Amino acid sequence: MRTHGGSHFGDRAFQWLTLLMALTVFALIALIGYELTRGSGIALRRFGWHFLVSSDWDPVNEQFGAVPFIFGTLVSSAIALLIAVPISIATAVYLTELAPLWLRQPLTMFIELLAAVPSVILGLWGIFVMVPWLREHLFPWLQKTLGFLPFFKGAIYGVSMLAGGIIIAIMIVPIITSVAREILRSVPGLQREAAYALGATRWEVTRIAVLSYAKKGLFGAVILGLGRALGETMAVTMVIGNTPQIVASLFAPGYTLASVVANEFTEATTDTYLSALFEIGLVLLGVTVLVNALAQLLLKTFAGPSVKPQH
Amino acid sequence: MAAIANNLVTAPTPPIAANATALTVRNLSVFFGDNHVLKNVSLDIAARAVTAIIGPSGCGKSTFLRALNRMHELVPEARMTGEIRLFGDDIYARNVEPVVVRRRVGMVFQKSNPFPTMSITDNVTVGLRLNGLGNRASLAERMEQSLRMAALWDEVKDRLNAPAISLSGGQQQRLCIARALAVQPEVLLMDEPASALDPLATSKIEDLILELKKDYTIVIVTHNMQQAARMSDFTAFLYLGELVEFDVTKKIFTSPAKKQTEDYVTGRFG
Repeated sequence: MRTHGGSHFGDRAFQWLTLLMALTVFALIALIGYELTRGSGIALRRFGWHFLVSSDWDPVNEQFGAVPFIFGTLVSSAIALLIAVPISIATAVYLTELAPLWLRQPLTMFIELLAAVPSVILGLWGIFVMVPWLREHLFPWLQKTLGFLPFFKGAIYGVSMLAGGIIIAIMIVPIITSVAREILRSVPGLQREAAYALGATRWEVTRIAVLSYAKKGLFGAVILGLGRALGETMAVTMVIGNTPQIVASLFAPGYTLASVVANEFTEATTDTYLSALFEIGLVLLGVTVLVNALAQLLLKTFAGPSVKPQH
Repeated sequence: MAAIANNLVTAPTPPIAANATALTVRNLSVFFGDNHVLKNVSLDIAARAVTAIIGPSGCGKSTFLRALNRMHELVPEARMTGEIRLFGDDIYARNVEPVVVRRRVGMVFQKSNPFPTMSITDNVTVGLRLNGLGNRASLAERMEQSLRMAALWDEVKDRLNAPAISLSGGQQQRLCIARALAVQPEVLLMDEPASALDPLATSKIEDLILELKKDYTIVIVTHNMQQAARMSDFTAFLYLGELVEFDVTKKIFTSPAKKQTEDYVTGRFG
């Protein structure tokens, strides 16, 4: 049988072209990793593994360690997830399962609008509106009711790890919500009907037919949000206080990997200083990859086998 | 309605006389928005018998079936007029929750829809657990009983904890039947339950339905004329939302009163 020469060539060309496009992604990541490693050469040689265990950050004496920043990034992201995940999932459930039809479109639009607010604007709002409010109202109240916990002890400045976490939460709610909404919308109507036909209430239908069907996808939505949270820079820098320290109190100022790079790049006068900031960038990349890998592993262990599409 | 709630907890299937009526439908009309889908349908569905609903696509068969357990209310802007009584209880009475109606009137769908993240066991017992039955022993007992009734027990008894989606299409459909039976409904609605299955799986489902009618009232929507003729005791022919003819199945297929019915069952249109 003769094959049609033209279409055969077209097929091949299409395959190679898409492969090429897919490879650019790998190339980009490799290039970023390479550039970061090259830039941090001096720091890597001088501090070695010490960089990853040291808490000193003393540009004057050229002593650099990444631990307070890793701590700040992980803690602020954890706070953000703790706040954002329940809000996002609940919003997505409301939007797909419960809200009256006329309300769904406008609400969705508002959430997408929130995603479009530039980080720096949110940061300004954080400085002038959110932080004073936290300082005057929420933090004192938290200290009064939960002050026995180490997280809520100590002086209240307003700018703090908790403020950073809250601003990140605001930034990742839209992305988690819209992805979660798409996931929930993709749950087949037949699944819901199966539960309704058993005499399930709306909440029971959501629980047994919708959430359990979608749990893997929802986990993916949260991981996407986590990725954003780890790398979030501008708004966090403006409200977190920018102090490299490791303390239990969430009212104390902190610092994140991304913030220190953004904040101190212009002041990095010596080669070692600049190189240390490059290495911070490298660490951020590493932390992001590691956390994502860990999340994938968690997903495989707990969410069970993936749901095959039903025909 | 207290009677309905009580029935759920204590006696799910009260003794039914041989010629009792399970569902009394009077002047039933259903609208979706401005769309008048079902027009003034009245008929009696006999207990412990199979009643088939036939008619061309879009005639309102599925809507009729769904009105019997208020599933049609899931469609926005759905409304109905008329009356449906289930063993005397008005299922559309103001104080009756659709949830309670659906527990008494179970349903099996055209496409099998087991819960994919649940095991075979959990799929069967999920309705019971929703009803608050937590006792492990009685759950296991009811599960086996339901799977046996659905003629699936022998095929799955060695892998009850396997995911439901590891079963074949026909097995999945019988699992859905077992799931519906587990809550011990008084009526079982089936919306073309075998239309997506191969002939062998179809004949298993048909055998099962004939077995089930000893204990249950079954209403089945089907596109398949032979299936209706083989299995049902009564047949209703719907056309353009109206009930054209309702009678004993044998009569519908051999000497129907209306010309339209005859044309349809002999395959002249539809």
